[in-house]
Amino acid sequence: MAVIENQVPIQLTVSDLSIRFGGIHALNAVSLAVREGEIYSIIGPNGAGKTTLFNCISGIYLAQEGSIQFNGLDITGMKPHRIAQMGIARAFQNIELFRGMTVLDNLMSARGHAMRYGLFSAAVFIGKCLQEEVRCRDEVEEIIEFLDLQNLRKSPVGSLSYGLQKRVELGRALAMRPKLLLVDEPVSGMNLEETEDMARYMLDINEEMNITIILVEHEMGVVMDLSDRVTVLNFGTKIAEGSPQEISKDPQVISAYLGETQQLSS
Amino acid sequence: MGSSFKVNYKEDMALFQNLWVKTWLVILILLMIILPFFLNRYQLSILNEMGIATIGALGLNLLIGYTGQISLGHGAFVAIGAYTSGLLTGKLGIPFIISLPLSGLMAALLGLIVGIPSLRLKGLYLALGTLAFGFVIEYILFHWDLTQGDLGMAVKRISLGQFQIKTQKQYFYLIAAFAFLAVLCAKNLVRSKIGRSFIAIRDRDIAAEAMGISLAKYKIMAFGLSSFYAGIAGCLAAHYNRWIVPGSFDISLSIAYIAMIIMGGLGTVLGSVLGAILITGIPHAIVYIVDLLKDTYPALSGFIVDFKLGIFGIIIVGTLLFEPAGLYGIYRRTKVYWKTWPFKY
Repeated sequence: MAVIENQVPIQLTVSDLSIRFGGIHALNAVSLAVREGEIYSIIGPNGAGKTTLFNCISGIYLAQEGSIQFNGLDITGMKPHRIAQMGIARAFQNIELFRGMTVLDNLMSARGHAMRYGLFSAAVFIGKCLQEEVRCRDEVEEIIEFLDLQNLRKSPVGSLSYGLQKRVELGRALAMRPKLLLVDEPVSGMNLEETEDMARYMLDINEEMNITIILVEHEMGVVMDLSDRVTVLNFGTKIAEGSPQEISKDPQVISAYLGETQQLSS
Repeated sequence: MGSSFKVNYKEDMALFQNLWVKTWLVILILLMIILPFFLNRYQLSILNEMGIATIGALGLNLLIGYTGQISLGHGAFVAIGAYTSGLLTGKLGIPFIISLPLSGLMAALLGLIVGIPSLRLKGLYLALGTLAFGFVIEYILFHWDLTQGDLGMAVKRISLGQFQIKTQKQYFYLIAAFAFLAVLCAKNLVRSKIGRSFIAIRDRDIAAEAMGISLAKYKIMAFGLSSFYAGIAGCLAAHYNRWIVPGSFDISLSIAYIAMIIMGGLGTVLGSVLGAILITGIPHAIVYIVDLLKDTYPALSGFIVDFKLGIFGIIIVGTLLFEPAGLYGIYRRTKVYWKTWPFKY
């Protein structure tokens, strides 16, 4: 785990973000600051607004109030593909792979914006187009190797097991060469071995590739072991922030997760 | 012959993977070159129709099969291509070699405009929008003085310099060359980042956006490309038939194109070709069978003429029921079967 000092620059700032769906406050004035190179976890009970926060950061939802800044640039209201191209990648909670493509093509599709060639070049597939395709293939192969997907390269993603699909989902996000990676429940529904693999990948991504990770996860073991800092959301409101140790002792967090203890009067 | 080691990514990306495939390609080309010498004019005319349909079907498959955007107005884009070239060569005396790309571009331009609503409309609503566009084009062609409405419009022969294309054989070489080129370009496009973006949008549009793929850019590009193909097909059809009436580009043409790509296989290049061959071939096959049987069952011919459309429909419904992946699905299964034969797995 990287040691995070206070002077490490802030990469992502979310300030006073609020979003309502009808009468429901999905997010209520949520603020947080993620430093460069840390693993930052967001936890909370179901319906706390964790995925909604991710959707706001990646531009799929437009928040009604508040703003989001990435590397000092205001990205509030930007189109999702622009935000993605700036370096915020996303691995989805429910597998959102492109089912009609192979593992390799799924990863290559996320690299599309890095290829600089036009329609006519693509139609003849020589020169610039071929060069760029080969270059990006090379880059994508690094990720395939990193995630041990070599023998599945040309398999259609639909034929893979759930755990492998989750890994491809992660690979597709990595293929974008992001600066910040949003990972939504990477180990949900996985067995112990797959969970350990995934946790190892997270650490490697963070340390070797120097990618900041924001993690949403219910599996407390993973959150406590991986995170540098944790934020707890409950009903769209931030109730605590701090190191895993601090969070696990926070009375508000305990009550949100386990419910209030009530004195029974006799 | 099938197995080989690839030492770089360029080889792995090659369109024609090994010597085996290349040999077949050469055989196919040679076959195309000598075929006209063995076929009569009627048979060649069927092949020519198939070639034109292939180009149109490829365009529609890029849009519906790859990008997942429904269009019921493909016939209208074919019409735009046909009338653009008809008017350019007829009224302005522009040579075919220039009017051909212009008719494609004209269709593409209108395709881009029709593509804009696709950013907001999905599924049935988009189908309705494109259907309406088809009716608008048909209405314009019927009522515009220049296109002479129902009377139809004569289209000039194709002339390349001094040389004029007159016989079915000459048409065959021209159309086959363009169909071949269209297949090659489509094949290249779908394995490039453009094709991958199309499929990404079809499979998961939200995830596609989160992967840095601009929905607006690629949806509109798909419409443009699809219409460009349609325009080229229309231009060739116009010069081939040498007479165009608005009625031949109505909704039934759009439906025929949709039938082609569904029967052939959505989201595959080979499927578009097979579908075009099948749908164009069925009416001719029915006529042929009736001809064979007319001495034995003279009553049949009258009966078949009435039910030609019905038989057509039955074949389509049958395919959908028993082979939803289309002809491409049959092809893939056969290929896998022979690859592993005599072992079961």
